[in-house]
Amino acid sequence: MKRRYIQVITALLYNCHLTGFVTGKIAQGPTKAVCVPGLNCYSCPGAVCACPLGSLQNAVARSHLRIPLYLLGTLILFGVLLGRVVCGFLCPFGLLQELLYLLPGPKLKKSPITRLLSYMKYLVLAVLVVGIPLVQMTPGFCKYLCPAGTLEAGLPLVLSNRVLQSKAGVLFSWKVFVLVLCLGACACCFRAFCRFLCPLGAIYSFFHPVACFGMRVDREKCTRCGACIAVCPMDIKEVGDRECIQCGACQEKCPHGAICRRR
Amino acid sequence: MRVGYHLTGRRLWQVRVALLLTAAALLAGGIGNGEAHQVWVKAVRICLECIGIG
Repeated sequence: MKRRYIQVITALLYNCHLTGFVTGKIAQGPTKAVCVPGLNCYSCPGAVCACPLGSLQNAVARSHLRIPLYLLGTLILFGVLLGRVVCGFLCPFGLLQELLYLLPGPKLKKSPITRLLSYMKYLVLAVLVVGIPLVQMTPGFCKYLCPAGTLEAGLPLVLSNRVLQSKAGVLFSWKVFVLVLCLGACACCFRAFCRFLCPLGAIYSFFHPVACFGMRVDREKCTRCGACIAVCPMDIKEVGDRECIQCGACQEKCPHGAICRRR
Repeated sequence: MRVGYHLTGRRLWQVRVALLLTAAALLAGGIGNGEAHQVWVKAVRICLECIGIG
């Protein structure tokens, strides 16, 4: 429950430019030079900071093959300090997915197939976040896939702005379709977007061995009963691995008190 | 169930410190290059690609 409060407060802080939802104008303050750790579209009328993924793609697209130092530094900082704690606590789209999963209906449980599908987000990272920006000089993930952008920015802005409405075409229809598909999938598969498609989660997963915060297993107390893996809704093979979003559900379930938060 | 291998103790902190120093250097270099300003310039304009227009 404490985690839910942190998620809600984070979502509100990321999008506290509330007048933007009324005027249809996005924030233009100096904080927009700083990236938030989670997935939050910077064209959202409420967004007060930049999106790390959108900024990274634009930096890659316009870099003329130079390394985007600022974005790399930002992502390494977030990765080392937080790792996938960002996914579990500091991502508004992650919160939305968890809330959607609470809706009644059939649920898809994790399996070896979902574990295999979890590798797809690395493909999304390589092709849409790095490959397409380098080759086509356009933010591939933002343009063709990102459901957070469509939900937070596309729909509010297009619905409130006649000029943008007149320009909405096939691409906008495709993005709405992708959004509906994602939201539908999240209602029956826990955090489907996080697990299978999110390139930001893929980036943070690289830092799981070194992140300052996260779950830790006391090997002396652990009896390898597997209760932690059974209760975990993500596709983990062990607590704290690349798929672990550090939510702490395993800590509550461990009968031997072998799991705690790493500091 | 695998408990798995983790970096521990001194080695872990050495790697963390090295990565944090690297991040700090990259951030400083990026800010010096004007990349933070470029992020701002992009973020204060409606991203037509993000909203499905451009």
